[in-house]
Amino acid sequence: MAKSYYDPADLKKFGNITEWQKELGDKFFDYYGTVFQEGALTAREKSLIALAVSHAVQCPYCIDAYTDDCLKKGVDEEQMMEAVHVTAAIKGGAALVHGVQMMNKVSDKLM
Amino acid sequence: MKPATKSLLKIKSRLADPKEQLRILSDNHSLGITSFEDRLHDLGIEPLKPTGVDIFQVNVGKMCNQVCKHCHVDAGPGRKEIMTRETMQLCVDALKGTDISTVDLTGGAPEMNPNFRWFVEQLSKQGRKIIVRCNLTIIVAHPKYYDLPEFFRSHNINVVSSLPYFNAKRTDAQRGEGVFEQSIRALRRLNEVGYGKEGSGLQLDLVYNPSGAFLPDDQKALEATFKSKLKEGYDIDFNELFAITNLPVSRFLEYLIRSENYQDYMEELANAFNPEAAHGVMCRSTLSVSWDGYLYDCDFNQMLELKLNGGTPDHIRDFDLEKLNNRNIIINQHCYGCTAGAGSSCGGTIA
Repeated sequence: MAKSYYDPADLKKFGNITEWQKELGDKFFDYYGTVFQEGALTAREKSLIALAVSHAVQCPYCIDAYTDDCLKKGVDEEQMMEAVHVTAAIKGGAALVHGVQMMNKVSDKLM
Repeated sequence: MKPATKSLLKIKSRLADPKEQLRILSDNHSLGITSFEDRLHDLGIEPLKPTGVDIFQVNVGKMCNQVCKHCHVDAGPGRKEIMTRETMQLCVDALKGTDISTVDLTGGAPEMNPNFRWFVEQLSKQGRKIIVRCNLTIIVAHPKYYDLPEFFRSHNINVVSSLPYFNAKRTDAQRGEGVFEQSIRALRRLNEVGYGKEGSGLQLDLVYNPSGAFLPDDQKALEATFKSKLKEGYDIDFNELFAITNLPVSRFLEYLIRSENYQDYMEELANAFNPEAAHGVMCRSTLSVSWDGYLYDCDFNQMLELKLNGGTPDHIRDFDLEKLNNRNIIINQHCYGCTAGAGSSCGGTIA
């Protein structure tokens, strides 16, 4: 039984998910690979988006993987931190914009 | 300029001894990776044979004005091993009568060898293409080097310069405090005499090598980033960017072990093994000469003191192209560095 929910070594075993459902697993990895290829967005831009999303979904595997990928693609520390601030802005904004709902509810309830 | 580190020799590290490095590199079982030899065997190219000698790479000495953290030569100001004029003459003599196209001069800082200019002049007379691996800062280090850009131009030398990043923070962390600023000044001097400028015919290439335990990505994409950053920020022009993988040799091996990145790095190199890159590895078309005239398959094997094997004459005074072309190239786990991803060579990616 694992002593913690996350083990960095598990990231390398990601591909093993195909062992129990090959067809779907293969389709996923094929799709995944295509998504990150150079397209209308550069591979570098996609890597920065992935880094921001990794923080939004708070996936430690993804954060490790896309920090590494950003370094490989020549992204600097300032750019990486700005991507994380985009995450923070959207997540913070998502919480705060619900303040309008609260305000609406309050005005419904108060005389 | 403040050095980034000290040489392994100076701090008396056990890794200053190539035998200790080889003991670690040879143990692929502990890393859980297939040996490089087995990978080549599976491809049917083991033993690895040369395709000829197209590049004659001469390491004219370990003396350098910088002490970079990743240096596979363990170079620095304290290293006194430099090539004599007599050994240079042996190189010139060996090249006569061959159709070897390119002579690639490296170090250390090759320009610090007092016979550097004489050697270049002899090679230039033979009509060879000459590459000088210049660390840039040497150009602005002392008045006696200030005219290097003009000297390079007069022999139409292809200047290949290290610049690991387009900002000071990451460059200085790898190469020493103040290196980025001095490198920019040197690049400006090279641009002033025409290097890297369109239509000048003077080739100025940059070498990008990661400033940490990660591999380089797509060379063309990195080149585009470097070009825009150096142009916008500093009005610098250059021709090509070569993305070079750091090989686990000498100081970079020591760094990997000390920072506990060795296992992951070696796994990543081995997992990224690219058969196409393996077929095109640099050592198949290169000969490497050390400061004392010994012959090696590449500069990395030179630093690991892996002299040519199997009775092939291993000193420049016994240069025999036919026998050299029939040798078996010596390999070990460090060779994974040249076959990972798009591959890596002194001229950048391979595949």
